[in-house]
Amino acid sequence: MNSRFDLADADDLARDAQPQVPSRVRVQSNVPAGLTETTVEMRPQLAPELVFDAQQVSIFYGAKQALAGVTLGIRRGQITALIGPSGCGKTTFLRSLNRMNDAVSGFRIEGQVLYHGHDIYGSNVDRVEVRRRIGMVFQKPNPFPKSIFDNVAWAPRNLGLRHGLDERVEGALRGAALWDEVKDRLKDSALGLSGGQQQRLCIARAIAIEPDVLLLDEPASALDPIATGAIEELMHSLKGRFTIVIVTHNMQQAARVADRTAFFSLETGGEKPVGSLIEVDETERIFADPRDPRTRDYVSGRFG
Amino acid sequence: MSPASVPDPMAPLTPSGNLRRRQLVSRVAEIAATAAAVLAVAALALVIYSVVIRGAKKISLDFIFTAAPTGVGPMLLGTLEIALIATLMAMPIGVLIALLLTEYSSARVARPLKLVLDLLNGLPSIILGLFVFALLVDHKQQSGFAGAVALAIIELPLIARGSQEVLQLVPGSLREASDALGVARWRSVLTVVLPTALGGIVTSTVLAVARAAGETAPLILASSNFDGKSFVLNPFEAMPNVPTWIYKLSEEGNSEGFNEAWGMSLLLVSFILLASLGARALLARSKRKLSS
Repeated sequence: MNSRFDLADADDLARDAQPQVPSRVRVQSNVPAGLTETTVEMRPQLAPELVFDAQQVSIFYGAKQALAGVTLGIRRGQITALIGPSGCGKTTFLRSLNRMNDAVSGFRIEGQVLYHGHDIYGSNVDRVEVRRRIGMVFQKPNPFPKSIFDNVAWAPRNLGLRHGLDERVEGALRGAALWDEVKDRLKDSALGLSGGQQQRLCIARAIAIEPDVLLLDEPASALDPIATGAIEELMHSLKGRFTIVIVTHNMQQAARVADRTAFFSLETGGEKPVGSLIEVDETERIFADPRDPRTRDYVSGRFG
Repeated sequence: MSPASVPDPMAPLTPSGNLRRRQLVSRVAEIAATAAAVLAVAALALVIYSVVIRGAKKISLDFIFTAAPTGVGPMLLGTLEIALIATLMAMPIGVLIALLLTEYSSARVARPLKLVLDLLNGLPSIILGLFVFALLVDHKQQSGFAGAVALAIIELPLIARGSQEVLQLVPGSLREASDALGVARWRSVLTVVLPTALGGIVTSTVLAVARAAGETAPLILASSNFDGKSFVLNPFEAMPNVPTWIYKLSEEGNSEGFNEAWGMSLLLVSFILLASLGARALLARSKRKLSS
């Protein structure tokens, strides 16, 4: 299987709460001081590289607060699922990772989103460059009204990646497990594909420019179970090559595809309910033995 | 609620209470609305009928291609050229304004800008004619170009508003898709948004041309060449054109002149009707393409 079984579950929450802190500090409490450093050095996987490091992120739309104080690390090469009830801010959080919320009027963010140590919302950061590296696939398939080939080739062309375009398009379509279905009709309109094929085309379009991260916003919610299965299989094959963050309403889907799962919920701390991160952990832990009773209620279906 | 207003559930399902009266009022309103619509259709049909009946007998190849006194070729050429120059000026500016409205500006800029365009659209064409006259003709000379500037001002708000409405039909999800691919907005506009909306933009332009081609007042002030015996190609001279020629003929008061005016009217009306219908068919096609 994969590295998730090597990891010490107990440390994960603490690591997410303070990802900047070297892991030895946390281990100190239950391991004799002298042993700590050797332990850490022998098990470097204890300090996984964080692609995203969100620190106390709060998001507002005008006067309405959508998200409060989310601190969450996203690990490189893994699939992280964001689950939770409607309106809990998980999509809002996802869209803040590549600044897709900037276009929403009244959007305001507090806290920090660090991407490989750079502040995504820093003053000298260009949001077009952010999205060049952090791709996104949306809930509803949104292919361009162009041919299948041109859909995938569009971004490379516009980003000056014209060299070896045919190979790049083929590679992306293969990567999205769509090549065999469309190789004989690359010139046909993308709008003639089925919903599931369109969504895989959108994934091909996103990976054609080889982003670092793929953000998937409920990519299978508009698809039937067979197409959903194809998308999930595809995610497994993309894992490792890309860091993937997926928002999903479907808990079985999170359980099937994600290495780690973050549970968001609506919390009524103030007068109005605000989206908050309740718990993040290895996926198996979240579904089998969550720490927080709110998580347990949600994953066992006792919520909403 | 009084108990009397609750119908007995066991009663037969025929109208009860004041339902008959309400049905009658509803029927009258429907008939009135239908009659109003019939009136509008009848007005168009009558105009076209009278133009065709009186104008058809004048139509011939000579009438279309020769100069006065046998034909109206110079006027047709003048109108075509003036409308072409006007559209070449108005279309790029109009489309850019539409792009500002839909792609770049916030609602705070867009709302007053739309209002300004609608006000411009509502300005009487004689006022625009006077403006262009003062700007380009007074102390200089009349020219087809001056007329084209006036027509361009008439076309501008039509093209801008029409294009803006079509651009708004381009799904936001397409812009989101191109944004998420890390491509700058202008490239998305050029290669995704504009091609998707092209049919509609062409349509609104054709409709604007159809409207401008029949405008008479600005051309009387800017380009009233009442000679009509020679073809004028140079837009910096006064060019003969269809609307002022119809106006001239109608002022002359001889029956042959009237016949000629009807013949030209038929040409103008056919052009406008064909352009409008063709443009609308094109628009319907591109909307279907957008929604599929």
